[in-house]
Amino acid sequence: MAPDISPFVLFFASIFTSNILLANFLGMCSFISVSKDITSSNGLGMAVTMVMTITTALNWIVYHKIIIPFGIEYLRYIIFIIVIAAVVQILEMLIDRLSPNLYMSLGIFLPLITVNCAILGVTLFMQLRYYTFIQSIFYGLGSGLGWWLAIMALAAIRKRVDKSPNVPAAVKGPGLTLIIIGIMAMAFIGFSGMLNVQ
Amino acid sequence: MSEYNKILKENVWYNNPVFVQILGICSALAVTNNLTNTFIMTIAVSLVTAFSSLTVSIIKGFIPRKVRMIVQTLIIAFYVIIVDIILRAYLPDISKSLGPYVGLIITNCIIMGRAEGFAQSNGPIISFWDGFTSGLGYLVVLMSVAFFRELLGFGTLFGIRVLPEEFMSWTIMLMAPSAFFMLAIFIWVAKGIMLRKEAK
Repeated sequence: MAPDISPFVLFFASIFTSNILLANFLGMCSFISVSKDITSSNGLGMAVTMVMTITTALNWIVYHKIIIPFGIEYLRYIIFIIVIAAVVQILEMLIDRLSPNLYMSLGIFLPLITVNCAILGVTLFMQLRYYTFIQSIFYGLGSGLGWWLAIMALAAIRKRVDKSPNVPAAVKGPGLTLIIIGIMAMAFIGFSGMLNVQ
Repeated sequence: MSEYNKILKENVWYNNPVFVQILGICSALAVTNNLTNTFIMTIAVSLVTAFSSLTVSIIKGFIPRKVRMIVQTLIIAFYVIIVDIILRAYLPDISKSLGPYVGLIITNCIIMGRAEGFAQSNGPIISFWDGFTSGLGYLVVLMSVAFFRELLGFGTLFGIRVLPEEFMSWTIMLMAPSAFFMLAIFIWVAKGIMLRKEAK
């Protein structure tokens, strides 16, 4: 049964209250390694949002029109990951053709997205929570924007903090980044209670 | 034998995938508020890493370089499906509470990293060992994080009450931020010890 949530509520909830990164811990690897610099964070955020929206919609169609009718649910992980890999591959070629500038700025990040857990995670959540097609699109878009917002915020904070001379050597780098993410996650908890999706 | 020992030490401590390389924490932090779930999850990850490294190492001669990433992903997905089916058959409750995180083992960067970085250029047995010990390094860190989160959050260990009833449980330990803080503290301590050793 599809949950009775307006797509718009879902959209805002996936940006703020149940941010895919800060509440569900997905997409951490690239989040930590790329957030050193604002320009690349922006590029990666854009790419993630784009891929996430497209793959969620496509995977919804594949799941409901192919996987369920053929009864091959046990193969769903493989099928989902193939769809994601194919979308990334096609998108890469398309962007290369249509907008070389965008390709230059996204170039290295696009292939990385195939193994970004946030992308597969959104697809799996969409399937586990029985979202309808429209809900899935808004959920995918919202989660992508939420991820983008989080990585931009972190990159901006790190730009200042990483230069600070007072940080102990042992906590420099990843340790400090995790503490910052923790504080950001606490801040985002402040949004909960506004909207709720589960 | 010494080579195997060296790999064990490398993967569990000096080059630990979690606190040195910061890989694969994505799907894992979410399950660390409960020791039982964490244990099952980390065992699953270790097995998937070990077997996918083994498989990649065996068939590495037949994979064209250009498509090796997608082949590796498919191999990993294959083992994750097996793990998922086993969990659903024998441990349905845990499978339910892990939710999508079992499927997300596919995108765990440690597995891909070991397949790409080690199994691609080494023999099958040693690749299996390398994958398994990487999983072990992951297990050690996550179990420690889960230990504190469950102890302070619920007052229990593996679901058995250890702290007295009057203990006021720390709700924050069950929420997302504490996972980040715990891991950060862990990295801090581990790196501190390493730096001190280096200084000597």
